[in-house]
Amino acid sequence: MSNLKILVGCKRVIDFAVKPRVNSAKKAVETANVKHSLNPFDEIAVEEALRLREKLGNNIVKEIIALTCGPPKAQEQLRTALAMGADKAVHVEVGKDDSEANILQPLSVAKLFRAIIEKEQPNLVILGKQAIDDDASQTGQMLAGLLNWPQATFASKVDINDDKLTVTREVDGGLETISCKLPAIVTTDLRLNEPRFATLPNIMKAKKKPLVKYTPDQLNVDITPRLEIISVTEPPVRKGGTKVESVEELISKLKQAGL
Amino acid sequence: MSNQLKYQVRDLYKKLLYLGREYPLGYENFFRPRLKAAFVKNRDLKDHDEIKKAIDRGEYVVKELEALYYLRKYRSLKRSYYNQLP
Repeated sequence: MSNLKILVGCKRVIDFAVKPRVNSAKKAVETANVKHSLNPFDEIAVEEALRLREKLGNNIVKEIIALTCGPPKAQEQLRTALAMGADKAVHVEVGKDDSEANILQPLSVAKLFRAIIEKEQPNLVILGKQAIDDDASQTGQMLAGLLNWPQATFASKVDINDDKLTVTREVDGGLETISCKLPAIVTTDLRLNEPRFATLPNIMKAKKKPLVKYTPDQLNVDITPRLEIISVTEPPVRKGGTKVESVEELISKLKQAGL
Repeated sequence: MSNQLKYQVRDLYKKLLYLGREYPLGYENFFRPRLKAAFVKNRDLKDHDEIKKAIDRGEYVVKELEALYYLRKYRSLKRSYYNQLP
């Protein structure tokens, strides 16, 4: 195999440590003035691309491109990916802020990715298996469908030999090893690797790396949502337990609860 | 203190300040004052080797913090998606 060009997806999501609040319209979660970060599963994807380069060498892995579809602020997340070690970033700008970028749904994202893939011609795409905000876990699969490429989802180990890709997948009740030909789509599971930390000097250096911007119109992609969100509600609050004095009381309480 | 060491100390301080921004117990009211106090405590160090030792300790703390953040993220993901206790 002469060369490998890797594209990684980077989604801007509400930070994992923040407790999300439903907005007043009950249609979405509050995104204004909330800390955002790079989706942890996408961090794993970036790390895997970097590890492949470290393993195979610079003359095989030619370029690692980070791609995001999101508001102007999603640049921060691209910079994180660049600081970790990606070479180039591509930003498809959608909306002015996080609430406007919310109209993006997996199918539109997959179409945007396809348009960028046609431009950049990567032969391996690594995505997070899901984003921690909408938990859809659909983009990778839809993209594979649109491109008619093989997909290896929920990867916990990735190996490349010539143009053969061997991936160990996490499935219910164990592991499954599959192999396929490149070009291919890989989506990452939590145990694939331990992402490195973007250090301060690297973040400074990342500011000099190239970043290309597109809009959905330039790419001829229609991003109107196909699904309508009817309502968003917070999970029910957990009720506290009570202590019972005697067995009789316990039995009567259990009967009351219909057990 | 030699210029090179001065640079290293400042670099370490900046690195720690940057890492501190994500500290779970808070930055302005917890991490920053404590970090400053820790550096001020060693302001009178004159000996080259002792300063080196202090810098090494600082670098160790940097590694610990990175590990702490990583584990915190990993555990919270594991808790929310894999239905197991960390």
